[in-house]
Amino acid sequence: MPKTIQRWTRSHEFWLLAVVVVLSMFLTAATDSFLTLQNLFDLLTSTSFAGILAAGLLVVLVFGGIDISFTAIASVAQYVALTIAKTYPIGWFGVFFVACCTGILCGLFNAAIIHKVRISSVIVTISTLNIFFGLLIYITRGDYITSLPSYFREGIWWFEFTDSNGFPYAINFQALLLVVAFFMTWVLLNKTNIGRQIYAVGGNEIAAERLGFHVFGLRCLVYGYMGFMAAIASISQAQLAQSVTPTTLIGKELEVLAAVVLGGASLTGGNGSVFGAVLGVMLIAILQNGLILLGVSSYWNQFFVGCVILLAVSATALSQRRRYA
Amino acid sequence: MTAFLELAHISKHFGGVRALRDVDLSLEAGEVHCLVGENGSGKSTLIKIIAGVQAPDPGGRIVLEGREHSRLDPILSTKSGIQVIYQDLSLFPNLSVAENIAIGSHMGLPRPANWNRISDIAAKAMARINVNLDLETMVSDLSIANRQLVAICRAMAADAKLVIMDEPTASLTRHEVDSLLRVVNDLKSRDICTVFVSHRLDEVMEIAERVTVLRDGGKVGTFDASEITSRRLETLMTGHEFDYAPPRPGGEAAEVVLAVRNLTRPGHYEDISFDIRKGEIVGLTGLLGSGRTELALSIFGMNPPSRGTIEVSGKPLIASSNRVAIASGVAYVPEDRLMLGLALGQPISANILATVLDSLAGKFGLIDPAERVAAAGDWIVRLNTKVSDLENPVGTLSGGNQQRVVLGKWMATKPRVLILDSPTVGVDIKAKDGIYEIVHRLAAEGVGVLLISDEAQEVFYHTHRVLVMRQGKLVSEVHPLSSTERNLQEVIYA
Repeated sequence: MPKTIQRWTRSHEFWLLAVVVVLSMFLTAATDSFLTLQNLFDLLTSTSFAGILAAGLLVVLVFGGIDISFTAIASVAQYVALTIAKTYPIGWFGVFFVACCTGILCGLFNAAIIHKVRISSVIVTISTLNIFFGLLIYITRGDYITSLPSYFREGIWWFEFTDSNGFPYAINFQALLLVVAFFMTWVLLNKTNIGRQIYAVGGNEIAAERLGFHVFGLRCLVYGYMGFMAAIASISQAQLAQSVTPTTLIGKELEVLAAVVLGGASLTGGNGSVFGAVLGVMLIAILQNGLILLGVSSYWNQFFVGCVILLAVSATALSQRRRYA
Repeated sequence: MTAFLELAHISKHFGGVRALRDVDLSLEAGEVHCLVGENGSGKSTLIKIIAGVQAPDPGGRIVLEGREHSRLDPILSTKSGIQVIYQDLSLFPNLSVAENIAIGSHMGLPRPANWNRISDIAAKAMARINVNLDLETMVSDLSIANRQLVAICRAMAADAKLVIMDEPTASLTRHEVDSLLRVVNDLKSRDICTVFVSHRLDEVMEIAERVTVLRDGGKVGTFDASEITSRRLETLMTGHEFDYAPPRPGGEAAEVVLAVRNLTRPGHYEDISFDIRKGEIVGLTGLLGSGRTELALSIFGMNPPSRGTIEVSGKPLIASSNRVAIASGVAYVPEDRLMLGLALGQPISANILATVLDSLAGKFGLIDPAERVAAAGDWIVRLNTKVSDLENPVGTLSGGNQQRVVLGKWMATKPRVLILDSPTVGVDIKAKDGIYEIVHRLAAEGVGVLLISDEAQEVFYHTHRVLVMRQGKLVSEVHPLSSTERNLQEVIYA
């Protein structure tokens, strides 16, 4: 159907995909190491944390909200889970269970405040970012956790390969969690009636209320889901870093937000797709990876990322304006 | 006929305010019933009681399909087939047409979304009222008229037996109104009752079988549409008689303030020539797409013409930007601006002076407070507005006085030519009357006014001459004193 194709070529995702492909082709030509299995696995592993958070944040943005506090939630969740795991033999399942419960509780706290007090979610989550993080620092006094249980230190991986220098590389559980997070979010948003209700509220909250949608329930679900994803991301990151540092995650909020917005999600709600978010995360990850492979000083890293985000978002805005002109 | 819904002795208090008192209403299956009344007459409260959103005061009786209730609730109303299409349509702009129509199938407990069922429901609902829209199009990409059809289809998908449309025609063009009226006829043939809530009385008269008039919370009466005229309706709604004599001819010998010669912009309008004299009100009408708004924007410098000349008081106007146009004495009040062009939370004085801050600025670009108060006070007097304190927020004024403030804001630029685009869209009769009064006063002060409007009645009774455009050309000039309203309508719709 030409109409479907036309709709697709006009979409934000199409252009973003084009940029990702062109950038990848350029990097493949310009460097020897970009298009190697090892580099791609590394890319997946290092993107895992930001990508999983992006999946959670996408749902919040589609709903018409925003969450800034997820890095604090992630810090709290990993600290609580691994403090317990250090002393009690709760195993992998236990680690995830404790972290997820903590994350979901923090998310529900956000939802309750936003709904009951009816103030903007930006303000609420900036406050709770400080509250969650402040409590964590006060209670832990900023101490690291380095003595992690042995099963956690070893991690999990499949399909091990060895590179020419004898170092092993493999699909690890960071990569798996990333894929699962995006898949779950895709199913939620596109394959369930709840996901469609989330889109509807993001598009027109008043209309949704008039139709009898349970908006408070949805808000709890959305922020709880964000908390859940923050917890999953935090475990992935802690395993990769082989330690838990209360301060290391704070400050990544805007990078994740930028990736999701780059992927076409609107800050006013109702718009955004999982595919777009995946592309947004990929673009930033490939760009950062490419700059390193090209030998560009890492001091330039943020500068280029900023430029690309600005370019991509402006291009979309301009093409939309032309379309409606 | 049997009544689908019968209301008896319905009253509603909000605190000490009586929104409705002792209103009776009966709605029959398959009828088209219009509910008219000024703002604040209780129409919305009555609709909310029918929708079950609000409960009436005790003592009223509601009989729905033969069953008696003391009040309705939203779930009961919806289940019984009552659907309200609010003025804002309550659609989801980010979802497809199909999803909007079948949004009800997303309700309830978590479960997989059934996309086939959604397309199916939507297609059936559209077929029921002979509408054909692409199911996958986003609602944000549709015109207002098509969005309205989506809202009606949604009511169909919910098995409506009574469809209440709140101000459905407020933002539609004449052509779109006609197709809406066809859909309403279709509903009628399916025994669905339609309740129209409208300000635009000519449409009310066209479609309604019965008209119920509310005024100040009370029911004036229910009338058969055949026994009533729109003039009579106005009187019933407002309790006032309005004077509808065309104005006396103005300024025939006066100086020409706006001279347009052979103005052309291909695709927009072609070879337009006309004059406006000092103190003259000239109407400009025509169907949507006739080029009238494009022409007005050209005179205001926002749509450069490719050929032809514009002169303001004898001086050529190279209308390259609206700044140039304003500087040479042209003011343009776009559609809606009469109501929306105010910062409601800001003081009256700040609103009036918003357009002339530059001219008030003294040394270093600072504004002397005393001069500011004096300038604002001057305008208040000239516009005959009653204001207790210039520093009160504009939002505290009555609607009529707010309109005076908006006009004052534009008049402060001392225009020679004032272009008003559809100044009374969505405004009730009393407020309309206030706007006309101001327009006549401005003309009396020597401003040349170009009044653009969709409504034949408006231009006929409130201008000295009416220019009619069709497909980018000036096709006719009608003089109200030597013509009839019907004649004007024939020229417009020819």
